[in-house]
This record gives sequence, structure tokens and C-alpha cells, in this order.
Amino acid sequence: MDLWDFVAERREQIAFQAFQHVSLVVQSVLLATALGVALGVVCHRRAWARGLAATVSSVGLTLPALAVIAVVYGATGQGVTAAVSAVTLYALLVIWRNAVVGLSGVDGQLLEAARGLGMGATRRLLRVQLPLAWPVILSGVRVSTQMVMGIAAIAAYVTGPGLGGLIFTGLTRLGGAGALESALTGTVLVVLLALVLDLLLVLLGRATTSRGIRA
Amino acid sequence: MPDSTASAGPLDGHRPDGVSGAAIDLVGVTKSYPGQGGAAVDRISLQIPAGEIVMLVGPSGCGKTTTLKMINRLIEPTSGTITIDGRDVLSLDGDELRRQIGYVIQAGGLFPHMSVATNVGIVPGMLRWEKKRIAERTDELLELVGLDPAKYRDRYPGELSGGQQQRVGVARALAADPPVLLMDEPFGAVDPITRQRLQDELLRIQDELRKTIVCVTHDFDEAVKLGDRIVVLGEGARVVQYDTPAQVLAHPADPFVEDFVGSGAALKALTLTRVGELEALQETTTARVGDAVADVVARARAVGDAAAVVLDDRGRPQRWPWLRQLQAEGDVVLDRVEDVLSVDRRATLNAALDAMLGSRYGGVVVTGKNDVYEGVLFLQTAIDAVATTRGGSGDDGPVPVAGNDEDAARALAGEGAS
Ligand SMILES: Nc1ncnc2c1ncn2[C@@H]1O[C@H](COP(=O)(O)OP(=O)(O)OP(=O)(O)O)[C@@H](O)[C@H]1O
Ligand SMILES: [Mg+2]
Repeated sequence: MDLWDFVAERREQIAFQAFQHVSLVVQSVLLATALGVALGVVCHRRAWARGLAATVSSVGLTLPALAVIAVVYGATGQGVTAAVSAVTLYALLVIWRNAVVGLSGVDGQLLEAARGLGMGATRRLLRVQLPLAWPVILSGVRVSTQMVMGIAAIAAYVTGPGLGGLIFTGLTRLGGAGALESALTGTVLVVLLALVLDLLLVLLGRATTSRGIRA
Repeated sequence: MPDSTASAGPLDGHRPDGVSGAAIDLVGVTKSYPGQGGAAVDRISLQIPAGEIVMLVGPSGCGKTTTLKMINRLIEPTSGTITIDGRDVLSLDGDELRRQIGYVIQAGGLFPHMSVATNVGIVPGMLRWEKKRIAERTDELLELVGLDPAKYRDRYPGELSGGQQQRVGVARALAADPPVLLMDEPFGAVDPITRQRLQDELLRIQDELRKTIVCVTHDFDEAVKLGDRIVVLGEGARVVQYDTPAQVLAHPADPFVEDFVGSGAALKALTLTRVGELEALQETTTARVGDAVADVVARARAVGDAAAVVLDDRGRPQRWPWLRQLQAEGDVVLDRVEDVLSVDRRATLNAALDAMLGSRYGGVVVTGKNDVYEGVLFLQTAIDAVATTRGGSGDDGPVPVAGNDEDAARALAGEGAS
């Protein structure tokens, strides 16, 4: 069977799966960004907490995705919630670490200048620290988005929405009719959509990063 | 303390005599850090008069920055009292207090992600000024610090030179018109030439605004140039001397200060004297363009001058030719612009001497308002004048209190600040 025919025949189903996949990734990354920045804000000031963030994140990222997903599924049961949890967890590891790095990288002199002008803690955070840390946080968001596009596919193996279904049904039936096409379509779409998301994030970065600190 | 009005009204020093600064009193102020032998700042008492520039100098680690930051409570004193305009700063909310005190640090401390205008407008914004008023104020301040608002307001700090950043830093600190300005080595990060220019500008701005400025520096020459008074601090912010620059130079309190003043105290004193203060200006023969040369020569010879200053139609010196030069040129004084060595009457004696040494006459033409000719100053008369004015106090009014003992604290506390 021709790859093109395969896609044409299942156009609607594939589009739906692609939508689910992206939706899962976007929601998880959004959630992870909120959590990661919040955790970063809490952790960045103390050396031990910074160390914790770095360690947890690097250890976490070495764990095989499948194992983590299995554990999360074990804990939360199957379904979309589980997929979101697992994918969010991975994104969180990267974003948390970057948030800590970005926030603690803000020049202490500037923070003192901010205090000297009479800016309180909240104002300093919102008007000085977060905007200055934003490029670093955003690069964490980009990396994690790329990463979890793949992980979301794996999550779908256990169960869950998305293009993972195409890939794994293809792989398990390899040799059968349309199996290769199925796996190929899923993989190519994951890559393409990852590129599109990355492009969107680059544009978002341009729109949300001050001209004064753009590289 | 005489703080009967602990309400949240603004600190305000605006007074009819043009002084917008407020007096600052430190009474027995101490800062000690746990686990350290002596206190970083040990019971300092210091009276800072309204509208003056007081320079804190001393060796590294002696407690200058700590003393400064306790005034706006970036560092909380361990004990003691600080009042601004008679109000106890420890009774105010720290952030609110700091919005009423300008603070300038090395390299400006500008926020790189905010435009120049946004940086300058931060404090007015927190004070909830209207947008329009903030924009107007921002332009006014950029103008004040010598930056064209149209050109610079939308730039980012990364697009400015070090000197320009420092200027914006000063503008930002002045934004809400605070009575007090604290500066911590403000010009430490710029090259010597820019530093000179920024110092001159600060003096010009201060002429206009008359804030109370407390400025930390490790450059004694800067202290001499900028300060109405200098506090020389030793270990633990011990006040070794609190005096006018002229006094510190002429009568250093002890060998420590002498050491700190460094060599060439007399030369440094030259920067304290303005040409116009010397009363050593001499008349010399002047000529207008178009005058008959024979006349000019006759007038000059009569008083023993060998040269004449040629003025243009607005009385500004154009050149200073020898008489025989004039004679060689023709019958009337020609309209020729040469490089005449002139200094403004507000120039320091230092600058005037510099010009004299480069002049063929051993003298320099002095100009006043609108660059109009006022007279000439010769090396010998300048030296004589310095000899007679040296060490002159030039001080008026009561001498402010300073010290680290009970007496100083009592003198300050007893006196009452308002
Ligand atoms: N946060 C701190 N914890 C402990 N000790 C401190 C702290 N800050 C300053 N010190 C000590 O207090 C003393 C005074 O410091 P300060 O910064 O006021 O010195 P300084 O006169 O400004 O010196 P410099 O000219 O080097 O800037 C120093 O001995 C310093 O080590
Ligand atoms: Mg210091």
C-alpha cells in the first residue's frame, strides 16, 4: 500500500490523533511551565534547593520514559489524566531546572537597585526577575516541548490519545498490511508537529522578550 | 526622638531658600554582623546638613557602604537612630521610605529589559502618578542629565555608553524629586574623562536642585571636588575627620588622614579655588576690531603692557597679540580669530594654572558671563593669592556634629532635629 493512500484513507482519524497529540503536549507544557516557574521561584534563593532542583531534574531525565509512564499509570490509573501527568512530569523537570537557573542568574546588583528604588518582593519578582529570567525559562519550555512530543507518543503506547497509537499499532504489526505506513505516518507527523510547535515558541519568544535583552 | 508626626506623609525638605534637601542625622548607629569581632559600623553619629554634598571616604571595608545603606534601610541598623528631616526612618515602611530617597549605584544599576524612559519612570509609577505626568517628568530629567529625550528615551541600557547609563541612573534616582540622594561609588565604573564630566554635571545639577547628597567614594580627589564636606572614616566607620575639603587638605586630623589625602595636598587645594574668588584679576590693554593700531600701542606703552587683548563687538576676547604683531599687520586692528587662551571665572585655579603654563605670556584671559572679557590672570599673582588664602576656612554657620562616642550622640540627640 502506498503511504499517500494510507494517509488519504484515514485523513480524519489521523488529523484527530494529531490534534489530540498536540493538545496533550500543549496542555502538559503549559501546566509544567506554571508549576516549574512557581517551584523555581520557591527554590532559587537557597543553595540547597537549587542543588535539589538540579539533581532531581538530571536524575529524572535519565529514567526511561516507559518505566516512568508505567509507574504513573500504576498510580493514577489509565486515561488522559495519567498521560497528562506523565508528560507534565517530564516537561516539569526541564522547566523547573531552567527556571531556577534563570532566576538565580539575575544580577544581584540589579535586585539591590530594585530594592533601593522601593520595589517590594512581589514587584521585584514580576518586574525584574521574571522578565530577565524569561529567555532561560522559555528555552526550557522549548526543549521540554520537543522532548515531550516524543514522550507523549510513548505514553500513548500504554494508553492515551495521540499519534503514539499510529506508531505502535504499526510497529506491533510490522510486516502486516499498512503497518509500516502507520508507523511512518505517526513518526513523521510527530517530527513535523514538533518543528511547528518550536517555530511557534520562537515567535512567542520574540513577542515576549524585551528588545533590551534579546540576544 | 522628635518624631511627633509619624504619619505617612512624604519626607520633604523644600524650603524657601532653594534648598530642596532634608537634613539627615545619624545618632549612635551601629551595625554588627553575627560572628564577627567588631561592628561593621560602630556607634556612628553624623549630622548631615540639608542641601549639602557629604562625601564618605575611607579604606576598603571601613563601613562606608554599610553606613550609606542604613540611611535608606537597605541594611537595618542593629541599634541607633536615623532621622531625615526630623523623622525617624526606622518608623517608616522600608519600601515607602526608599521611594523617597534617590539611590545611585555603580554603573547605574539600570534594568536592561526596560527602556530608558521606563527605568526613569519606575518610582513615579509606584507612586501612582498619571502616565502623562510620568512621561513629562522623564523627559525633563533626561534633559537635566544632558541626554536628548527624543533620542534616548526609547533606547535600552545596552544601547548606551557607560557614562550615559550612569546619567540615566541619576535621572532615575531623581525621578520623584526626593530630598535625599544616596550614591555608592557612582562614577567608579567609567573612564577618567567621563568621570570628570559626570562630576561636573552632578555639581551643575546640585547647583540647581540643592538636594542632600551622601556619596561614597574611594577617590579622595573626587571627594575634594564634589564634597561640601568630607567624612574620613576608619575601621568600623570611626569618624576620623569631618570637615570641609579645604580644611581636610590644609589641616588633616592625624597621620591616617594625611596618608589618605596623599601627596600634593596644596595642589589638590587648587581645585577648590575658583578663578573668580581670587581677586587677583588684572586689567590689561584691550582693543576693538577696527581701532587704530597707533592708539592701541600708545595706550599699552603708557601702562607698560607689551600685548593687547582684542575683543569682538560683543566684548569677547578674540586674540591676545604682541604690540609688534599688531604693528606688523597694518594700521587698524584686524578681525582675526586666533586661539586665545581663556578660562571662565568659575574655572578652578587648577584649570587656570594649566592654561597659564601653556601660554606665552605666563597668563590667561578670564571671561565672565556670555564669555565676555573680564581681565587677565598671571601666574605670579595667582601664586601670591593662593598663598594668602590657603587654609582659609571658607566655612560659615555651625559646624555639624560627628563622632562615635556618647558625646557626639548626646549632642545630636539633645539638639533636636527640628
Ligand atoms: N552581609 C555581610 N555579612 C557580614 N559582614 C559584612 C556584610 N556586609 C559587609 N560586611 C562587613 O562589614 C564591613 C564594612 O563593609 P562595607 O561594605 O560597608 O565596606 P566599604 O567601606 O563600603 O568598603 P569598600 O570600599 O570596599 O566598598 C566589612 O568588613 C565587611 O566585610
Ligand atoms: Mg562599598
